Amino acid sequence: MKILNTALAAALALGAFAAPTLAETKVGFVYVGPIGDGGWTHEHNKGRLAVEEAFGDKVSTSYVENVPEGADAERVLTQMALSGHDVIFTTSFGYMDPTINVAAKFPNVKFEHATGYKRADNVSTYSARFYEGRAALGTIAGHMTESNQIGYIASFPIPEVIRGINSAYIHAKKVNPAVEMKVVWVFSWFDPAKEADAATALIEQGVDVLMQHTDSTAPMAIAEEKGIVAFGQASDMSAFGPNAQMTAIIDDWAPYYIQQVGRAMDGTWTSVDTWDGIAEGMVAFSEFSDKIPADVAAETKALIASMADGSYHPFTGPLNKQDGSAWLAAGETADDGTLAGMGFYVEGITGDIPN
Amino acid sequence: MIHLEKRAEPSKTWTAFTPVLAVILTMIAGGLMFAALGKDPFEALRTIFYDPLFSEQFSAYSRPQLLVKAGPLILIAIGLSLGFRAGIWNIGAEGQYIIGAICGAAVGLALYPSQSWLIYPVMILAGAFGGWAWAMIPAILKTRFNTNEILVSLLLVYVAEQLLASMALSTLRNPEGNGFPGSRNLSQHWATSNPELISGTGMHIGVLFGFIAVIMAYIMLNKHMLGFQIRLTGESPRAAQFAGVNPTRLILICLGTSGALAGLAGLFEVSGPAGQVSIDFNVGYGFTAIIVAFLGRLHPVGILLAGLLMALTYIGGELAQFMLGLPGASIQAFQGMLLFFLLGVDVLTNFRIRIGHGGKK
Repeated sequence: MKILNTALAAALALGAFAAPTLAETKVGFVYVGPIGDGGWTHEHNKGRLAVEEAFGDKVSTSYVENVPEGADAERVLTQMALSGHDVIFTTSFGYMDPTINVAAKFPNVKFEHATGYKRADNVSTYSARFYEGRAALGTIAGHMTESNQIGYIASFPIPEVIRGINSAYIHAKKVNPAVEMKVVWVFSWFDPAKEADAATALIEQGVDVLMQHTDSTAPMAIAEEKGIVAFGQASDMSAFGPNAQMTAIIDDWAPYYIQQVGRAMDGTWTSVDTWDGIAEGMVAFSEFSDKIPADVAAETKALIASMADGSYHPFTGPLNKQDGSAWLAAGETADDGTLAGMGFYVEGITGDIPN
Repeated sequence: MIHLEKRAEPSKTWTAFTPVLAVILTMIAGGLMFAALGKDPFEALRTIFYDPLFSEQFSAYSRPQLLVKAGPLILIAIGLSLGFRAGIWNIGAEGQYIIGAICGAAVGLALYPSQSWLIYPVMILAGAFGGWAWAMIPAILKTRFNTNEILVSLLLVYVAEQLLASMALSTLRNPEGNGFPGSRNLSQHWATSNPELISGTGMHIGVLFGFIAVIMAYIMLNKHMLGFQIRLTGESPRAAQFAGVNPTRLILICLGTSGALAGLAGLFEVSGPAGQVSIDFNVGYGFTAIIVAFLGRLHPVGILLAGLLMALTYIGGELAQFMLGLPGASIQAFQGMLLFFLLGVDVLTNFRIRIGHGGKK
């Protein structure tokens, strides 16, 4: 017992000396899933590591995984702010209100909230135009399906997810007018068991191409097992579906994270709303599978290039809403405001948005 | 040779001592795990158990948060412990918690934006009623058709989750929420909010109810006929029948009470710390409360302490993640060890360890 006490005292003393020096900038990350999810959180964590690499000794970073969206997030954020973090990235939509609430109490701490729409003097928001990536995936999916049935595993019916479904459908339909899209809502960002069940159910209904807007690699693994085609979400998932994965949308947060942390360090940080896409490199693609026919790959790459140089917008009219009412006239493109609050399917998608 | 000998009756000393022993064993095994992860085990344990309570940096904020996190756990666990003592297994407190929150919030939202002080008491009643009604489903199915209450109450959790999603997306959705799921924020409207009773203490009405539930349960179990019947049924169902205990009535009371308390916990959470009905409003309090009930030996005072300890591991666990870079899964494993060791050392309560040749062949 005495040895234990001595050791404990020594440990306490060591802990006191290990306190970080004041000069370094402390950057915190709050994650909705585990860093090993192979998708969304994994990419945010890569962004964190990139910040460490870019600034070396001048920064220290930390993170908390699996933080539920709600009261628990507010507590984690408060404790991070109390522990002297200078910049805190909150990387899920559901952290919006907690971020705003905590930011009001810590005016000197800079907050960066992903995919939300509420800002304050010390709260920036950032998101990526994932729907541009979905347009490319939809094009490949439309060509690859033989049963003309595309399955889509969706998380929550929020505008970001609905935009992705619409964009994928529009571009699949463009290359294959017979295509149908089946959507399953799992009401979770990360639930491998539920996602796997949804994938199995879709495949049993005749789906031979699978897309997902959830964070785990479970659907990819099921697609591999059943020998169908799938797309990685947020990160390269080819390790889980070497044959199944055609390509993956990669969320590359690193440049944005490095830029914002840099601004916080040199005092030029201000609250901004960032929505970047393929052009800025925030939306990227993993290597195309060699199972994609060469002409399809070329067509898709041309589409990606046209979105990158701004000559093509994925939501270009003529487009109708699901109920048949007119939305965009021929040649008209959707404005960011409509896209940010998108709560409807485009014409041709069957089924209802849950409500 | 080591073998176990059954005690005539459970050891009183060990009953009280096993939770302490389990905590010590968890600290040792957890410390080894943290060391294996390349972290200083003493620093990790200090961050989890000491810093939230006493560190200058955090304690002013963490200590009140301890009550916020422990409040619903204690309230639910007290209800569960009554049934568990009588051998009635309500595993679905999570579902009752959700339905209580939905019913209570629905009342508040229906009357929005009225400012009457009567609204909150009605919400409390509605929350308790919602949880009670959801628990009555397994109760009545058990008393009428002898179905297994473990399965029915557990599966009703998933039904409740679907109902919650539907409420957040349609019926209770905030009309001014830009089409995003989730209700109005109840905690930002005076008449529907469950605020801190004393600012900066974390003490909200739900925590107060938790403490009252501890006292009431203690009195009932020790001084009241019903408490005697519950204990007797758990210890010897046959003797209870001879003593005139009506099993149907006991099932309805135990499941009903635990449901109502879980419903209350949901209502206090949705109108306080969580603030709104959202798709993923529930974060597992109903399941964690089962661990709390057992860690507290199904004793009201034990549950109070176990609830606070469990809350401490959550809050300290978060600190350990961002202060020391411990992975989230290691904190969950640490919490799991607590229950594992508790159940493991429980053997000492009911058995005596004999070394050498005991007993005849």
